[in-house]
Amino acid sequence: MRFDLVLDNWHLFAGGMWMTLQLTMLSLLIGFCIALPFGMIRAKSNGIGSKLINAYVYAFRGTPLLVQLYLIYYGLSQFEWVRDSFAWVVLREAWWCALIAFSLNSGAYATEIIRGAVQSVPAGELEAAKSLGMSPFKVNRLVLIPSALRRALPQYGNEVVFMLHGSVVASVITIQDILGVGRTLNARYYLAYEGFLTAAALYMALAFVVVFAFRQLEKRYLGHLKISR
Amino acid sequence: MENLIEYVPLLLRGAVTTLALALVSLALATLLGGLGAMGRINGGRIVRAIVFTYTTIVRGVPDLVLILLIYFGGQRLINLAGKAVGLDYVELSKFWAGVAAIGFIYGAYLTETFRGAYMTVPAGQREAAMSMGMRPFQVLRAVTLPQLIRFALPGYANVWQVLIKSTAVVSVIGLEDLVGLANDAGKSVREPFLFFTAVFFTYLFFTWVSQTIFNYAERRYALKEHGDAV
Repeated sequence: MRFDLVLDNWHLFAGGMWMTLQLTMLSLLIGFCIALPFGMIRAKSNGIGSKLINAYVYAFRGTPLLVQLYLIYYGLSQFEWVRDSFAWVVLREAWWCALIAFSLNSGAYATEIIRGAVQSVPAGELEAAKSLGMSPFKVNRLVLIPSALRRALPQYGNEVVFMLHGSVVASVITIQDILGVGRTLNARYYLAYEGFLTAAALYMALAFVVVFAFRQLEKRYLGHLKISR
Repeated sequence: MENLIEYVPLLLRGAVTTLALALVSLALATLLGGLGAMGRINGGRIVRAIVFTYTTIVRGVPDLVLILLIYFGGQRLINLAGKAVGLDYVELSKFWAGVAAIGFIYGAYLTETFRGAYMTVPAGQREAAMSMGMRPFQVLRAVTLPQLIRFALPGYANVWQVLIKSTAVVSVIGLEDLVGLANDAGKSVREPFLFFTAVFFTYLFFTWVSQTIFNYAERRYALKEHGDAV
């Protein structure tokens, strides 16, 4: 075991950690912005828009993230009009492709979570708000969305860990995230155990922080429902 | 498009590898999950601590990290052992490295699924069966297991759906599964989008078929009430 080589390269791991956090948090944020309107539409209507959203959710939840990433990173370069378009500046970069794939993936999972949470808000809460004379928009903004987001917390916590773990596939398209650094060390010094064990420990630490943070959030925002432990 | 049709036999071979990898991994995961659940329920303090460490650690580590660790780490171990006994270079199978990693990971999730299902079977039923003079194995076979299957099915279905998607990352160590073969073929004919779209829909097909099968199984094992049609 040569953990001294890991220590010598600690700055690589620090960079990898930043890359993983950056990709995970940005995709979660964009995914959430996709999921909030989509989840509301899914929960409230059954029209053509809702069906289209369901097709998106079904497709992205039913296929591996790696395949989605390959489809965007390697797949899109097949078309000349993509390579000629202004979007090529973005689509030729591995980082942007990873961000797009992860955001769409997280958006699909989060849509389903928000749909479930919106549907689990008791009708009485909404009727009470309506009877106070609130407009539909106000009911959504002040009652439905806050209540639904609280109820979505436990499942959304799982989604955050899932995305954190899913983001390792970025290393496959040469991005230097935590696992990417582990693979670099393996290739450079033949450090199979040390590099990958360090990566595993870092991912585990991050996952535990997320789980702990969500437990605290649940205590704070879901205490009245006594769902949290 | 002609290129894709030409490569259909190759992609089918990849799909078979993917399915085989998923099914063998599921078998290993089921075995580990069963053992883990038994350890959690009946084991002494040490066994319980081992199972707890296993489930906690495994659920904190991403699948690809464990696959690379087992594949490259295992290869180095084999090299060292081979040198010690004076054997020639032995290559670790990519397929079995994938099975070991994925089975090991999802065994941890199934441990929780099985334990939860076991806890749902009321203890009174086991006690009643034992008081009738049934041996522990008979109790398990005739009373606990049939109900355990019913309670565990939704969780089991869930784990399978995640597991089959997880097999895609084994292509990273060079396994010639659906993703790996499509990647090579798509690049060589310069139509990666077409080939990955085919892979995309193949996985959708897999998850759709599994969902249908599990829905049927859940209805089959559901608690039947008076007047219910099977």
